[in-house]
Amino acid sequence: MRAPSGPDVAVGDVLLSVERVSLSFGGVNAVSDVSFDIRKGEIRAIIGPNGAGKTSMLNVINGFYQPQQGRITFKGESHTKMRPYEAAHGGIARTFQNVALFRGMTALDNIMAGRSLKMNKNFFWQLLRYGPAMREEVEHRRRVEEIIDFLKIQEIRRTPVGRLPYGLQKRVELGRALAMEPELLLLDEPMAGMNMEEKEDMSRFVLDVNDHYGTTIALIEHDMGVVMDLSDRVVVLDHGIKIADGSPDEVKTNQAVIDAYLGVAH
Amino acid sequence: MHLLYMIFIDPFVQMGQAPDLLAQTLWEGLVGGMLYALIALGFVLIFKASGVFNFAQGIMVVFAALTLVGLHDAGLNAFLALGLTIVVMFGLAFTVERVVLRPLVNQPDIILFMATFGITYFLIGFGEFVFGGDPKVMVTEDLFLPQGSITYKTLGGIVQLQKIDIAAVIIASIMVAALAVFFSKTRIGRALRAVADSHSAALSVGISLEQIWVIVWFAAGLVALVTGIFWGARSDVSFALEIIALKALPVLILGGFTSIPGAIVGGLIIGIGEKLGEFYWGPLVGGGTDAWFAYVIALVFLLFRPQGLFGEKIIERV
Repeated sequence: MRAPSGPDVAVGDVLLSVERVSLSFGGVNAVSDVSFDIRKGEIRAIIGPNGAGKTSMLNVINGFYQPQQGRITFKGESHTKMRPYEAAHGGIARTFQNVALFRGMTALDNIMAGRSLKMNKNFFWQLLRYGPAMREEVEHRRRVEEIIDFLKIQEIRRTPVGRLPYGLQKRVELGRALAMEPELLLLDEPMAGMNMEEKEDMSRFVLDVNDHYGTTIALIEHDMGVVMDLSDRVVVLDHGIKIADGSPDEVKTNQAVIDAYLGVAH
Repeated sequence: MHLLYMIFIDPFVQMGQAPDLLAQTLWEGLVGGMLYALIALGFVLIFKASGVFNFAQGIMVVFAALTLVGLHDAGLNAFLALGLTIVVMFGLAFTVERVVLRPLVNQPDIILFMATFGITYFLIGFGEFVFGGDPKVMVTEDLFLPQGSITYKTLGGIVQLQKIDIAAVIIASIMVAALAVFFSKTRIGRALRAVADSHSAALSVGISLEQIWVIVWFAAGLVALVTGIFWGARSDVSFALEIIALKALPVLILGGFTSIPGAIVGGLIIGIGEKLGEFYWGPLVGGGTDAWFAYVIALVFLLFRPQGLFGEKIIERV
């Protein structure tokens, strides 16, 4: 549970809602008839056992998968399917379960890539590195340096990310998502494969992002302790079906959730 | 002993005795190498952005040259024909993205590779259908490309440079430099490298794969057009040109599939090595070395650097 003093940002209106979304691959139902919403400023967790459809849900939200049924409403705009480009343009950023970085580039270039959509000066000027394009590049670089400071990765900014340890790669990936200045940040298992110390660091970054930038966050996580500490509200999926939705305390005591996690005699 | 002398000593003695012939051979190797480099560059552009080995690159060279000559034969002014050919190459890039790449997104690389075979045979059939199958002459004069040659009396003999070859080297260099700057300094260049590393991550930061693919296929098409003009000017424009694309393979093996400088250096090494081999060592085996010598050079380099001269050494975490 979050301390009652809570974040500065008031949890407010619905930012994104998922209505009766179903997604299947061939005959396999990954997500069936799931609805939930994400409110502005909150940290929303999506949890569930393996194969519950959590990552599929995230992929639907950011347009990687197009659901067969249902709709997604983001900032009041309704989509039957989202496209990745629209999602990114609209302000949805994400990280990946298995870290998807641009391996050949440095940490700095990776994070700069997160600003692709914000740079719009003519490439002719970029070629000449002159005038408005140069000023633009400098301005973006300043913002990126802020993010690098925020994530405490100054000393690795020139290292090709392929060489970094896993925990730092995850941090660079978070940095790239932050560089997009997103309104909604989707984190797919941000603490997977980390040791206790790294998990604590990452939890602090997630809370700070929420506090400091006021970013709404939706995250998938396996570690129940982390989920209960971080999130304001939790939605629980099992075999693609929503089985619970509510505050961490409500969810923890829900019989369906306990059965899903511990198994139940049929 | 005599054989060893013929292989290891005699060629170098010959080089020393007739430096003018050596210079001539090196120059011809350089020009040939530059054109190999251009073909390899076409492959590298597409491989970098999509991980696809584009088998159709060779036929794109022929197709571009054929379109240019065909349009000119139909009575268009040469520069108008050139402009239209560029439009056609853009159309090709756009169509390939729409019809071939987009439906196959997220399929294994081998599927995309096979699809480029399809593009190859389509272009052969379509090209022959529209422009006919007989060899044509490149419109060198109308494009104001220089003709004739310059002869230098130097190094105790004469060295003759074809003016068209000089033009080829200059234009190819400018083109390569422009592409290199474009891909390293601009937002689109950064996006291209991003797409090369991870499709899903690129999508997640709002880079449009469709746009990037059209851009690289168009760039590869332009490179093919330039290559086609200069190869066409050296021989003639026919589908036989397609086999020069196979020469790009040793260049790519040598330079690494993902490196633009690698394509250039690899092309030059293969081009020069091939000419030297043909001239100095060829007679020992009765000539005909140009069919296989390039592959031997690539093989020798591979023994020492399996990832190519400029290729990235991939270290996987396990």
